[in-house]
Amino acid sequence: MKDLLTIGGREFSSRFILGSGKFSLDMTRTVIERGGVEMATLALRRANSGTDSILDYMPDGITLLPNTSGARTAQEAVRIARLARELGCGDFIKVEVINDSKYLLPDNAETVKATEILAKDGFIVMPYMFPDLVSARAMANAGAAAIMPLGAPIGSNKGLLTRDFVQILVDEIDLPIIVDAGIGRPSQACEAMEMGVAAVMANTAVATARDVGAMAEAFKLAVQSGRLAYLAGLGRVLDCEGEASSPLTGFLED
Amino acid sequence: MVAELLQELLSPEAGKDLERLARLARDETRRWFGNSVSLYTPLYLANYCDNHCTYCGFSCNNDILRGKLSVAEIEAEFKAIAATGLEEILLLTGESREKSPPEYICEAVKLARSYFRTIGLEVYPLEVSEYADLHKAGADFVSVYQETYNRELYAKCHPDNTPKSDFDYRLGSQERALQAGMRGVSFGVLLGLNPDWRKDSLEAGLHAARIQRKFPHCEISFSVPRLRGSVATELTERELLQIMAAYRIAFPYAGINISTRERAHFRDNVIGIAANKISAGVRVTVGGHSGGQSKGDGQFALSDERSVEQIKSAILSKGLQCVYTDYVLCS
Repeated sequence: MKDLLTIGGREFSSRFILGSGKFSLDMTRTVIERGGVEMATLALRRANSGTDSILDYMPDGITLLPNTSGARTAQEAVRIARLARELGCGDFIKVEVINDSKYLLPDNAETVKATEILAKDGFIVMPYMFPDLVSARAMANAGAAAIMPLGAPIGSNKGLLTRDFVQILVDEIDLPIIVDAGIGRPSQACEAMEMGVAAVMANTAVATARDVGAMAEAFKLAVQSGRLAYLAGLGRVLDCEGEASSPLTGFLED
Repeated sequence: MVAELLQELLSPEAGKDLERLARLARDETRRWFGNSVSLYTPLYLANYCDNHCTYCGFSCNNDILRGKLSVAEIEAEFKAIAATGLEEILLLTGESREKSPPEYICEAVKLARSYFRTIGLEVYPLEVSEYADLHKAGADFVSVYQETYNRELYAKCHPDNTPKSDFDYRLGSQERALQAGMRGVSFGVLLGLNPDWRKDSLEAGLHAARIQRKFPHCEISFSVPRLRGSVATELTERELLQIMAAYRIAFPYAGINISTRERAHFRDNVIGIAANKISAGVRVTVGGHSGGQSKGDGQFALSDERSVEQIKSAILSKGLQCVYTDYVLCS
C-alpha cells in the first residue's frame, strides 16, 4: 500500500516540503528535483515582482504553497492570500502572521482569524503557528487542512526545540502536523518524522549549505528514513536501568 | 544584553580580529537573508534647506544650485527609474518646510505608488499626523539619522535657531513614524563627525534596540554614511566594516544599507558580508535620472556611479540574487 500524505484532498508521495527563499531562482529546479519535492512554498513578493518571478522557475507539476509573509494582521494575510489566488498560485495557502521582527514568531490569535476567513473562502489553509494545543484546536475548528508548528525560530537551524509540544499536537490533532521552521539538518528532520509528524518543511538549512542540491537530497532521504522508522514502530528506549530477569510480579500464583 | 555585546563588537580589541568578525557577520547575513540583496535608488525631490549644519553640502550657507522638482518632473524621474527594473524608491528632501512642505512630499508619494512597490522617506522630522498622512499615501519606511548622539557636539554642528537644532525632536522621529503606522525605521550616525565613532555607533544601536522593544513588529535598519575628504576623523574602510559587522552580529534581523559614498569594490564585497541592501543607479542631484539637466547640486560626492544593470551584474557575479521588493501590500 502506498504511504501517501493527504492535504485538502490532494495526495503527495513526498513528505519534504521546500521553502524556496534564500537561494537563487535558477537553482529552484535542481533543488526540487534532487529533493524529490512535490510541494514548495513561495513568498508572494517573489511571485509578483515585475522583474523576476519565481513562478517562471517552478517545474510543472509542483504544488505551490504561497505564504502570506509580510502580513502583520489577519486582514493583511487574507489580502495576500487572495492576491496569490489571482496570480494563479492555486488554492493552497500557508498563513503566516508575524508581528515580531526580531524572532519572527507567529501570532497565533491572528492566524486563527485568518484561517477561518480563508477556509470559508475555499482555500486549503495551512497555518504556521507556535505549537500550542489550544491554538491548534482553534485552527482545526476554523477549517485548517494541516497545522504547521515551528520547531525553533525561523532560520535559526536550532532543530526541534519545541519537540514535546509538537508531539502533543501529533497525538491530539486529527490533521497532518508539519514541522515548519528551525530544522537545521537532515538528522533533525528524520527525528521529527520518527515522532509521527506528517511532513517537514525546510529552507534555510538547504539554502545555506555549500551544495544546495546535495543538501536537498540529504533531506529527502532523511525524511523518508524517519517516516519508515515511524511506520515500523520504534523499539522501546529504557531510561536508565536494565530490566530485571525475574519480574516483580513473579510471586503471583494465578 | 545587546548593549554589552555591541560594545564589545565595536571595541578596538574586536577590531584587531576583523577577519573573525567578518566571518561571523557573513554567517548571520546568510542565515537571515540567504543570498538575497535588496536594490533601491534614492531620488532627491528638492535641496532647499533652512539648516546650516557645519558638515553638509546642502547647508543654507553654501552657494549651491537650489531646486525642486515639479510634479511633472517627479513623474518623469519615476518613469526613468522604474524602467531600470527597480521597485523600491527612497524620496529625499532638504529641511525646508516652506519650500518642500509635507503636502508636497505627500503628492510625490501618491505618484510614486503607481511606479513602485516600496516607498521610503528620508526627509526632515515630522509630526505623528504628518507621518500618518504620508503612510496613508503609500510610504512605509522612514529614515532619520541622528548624525551624532553626543549632545554637545550635536549643538555645535547644528546651530541654534535652525530647525535641526532640536536634538530631542529629531531623536523622537522613529517613534512618531511608528506611532503613525510606518512599517520600518532606519538609524545611523554620520561617521567621522564624532571622533569617538565607536560610542556614537553604539548609541545608534541602542536607540534601535529600544525602539524595536517598544514596537516589536517594526523593521529596523542601519545606514553607515561615512564623511569623506576634509574631515578631522575619516574612518578607514576597516573601521567601517567593523561597524557593519558589529550591527549584523548584534542585530541579525536588521537591514543594513551601503551607500554610494563608498567605492564600488568595497560595496560589492560588503553585500556578501554584512549589508543586505544596496542603492543602484544613484544620482544625488535634484533630478537627473530622466536625462534632463539636474535642478540642484548634490549633497555629497558619489564614489560609485554604476547603473542599475551594472550593480545587478555585480550582485549576480558574486552568487547573490537581486530582490526588488520585500512587500506585497502597500500601506
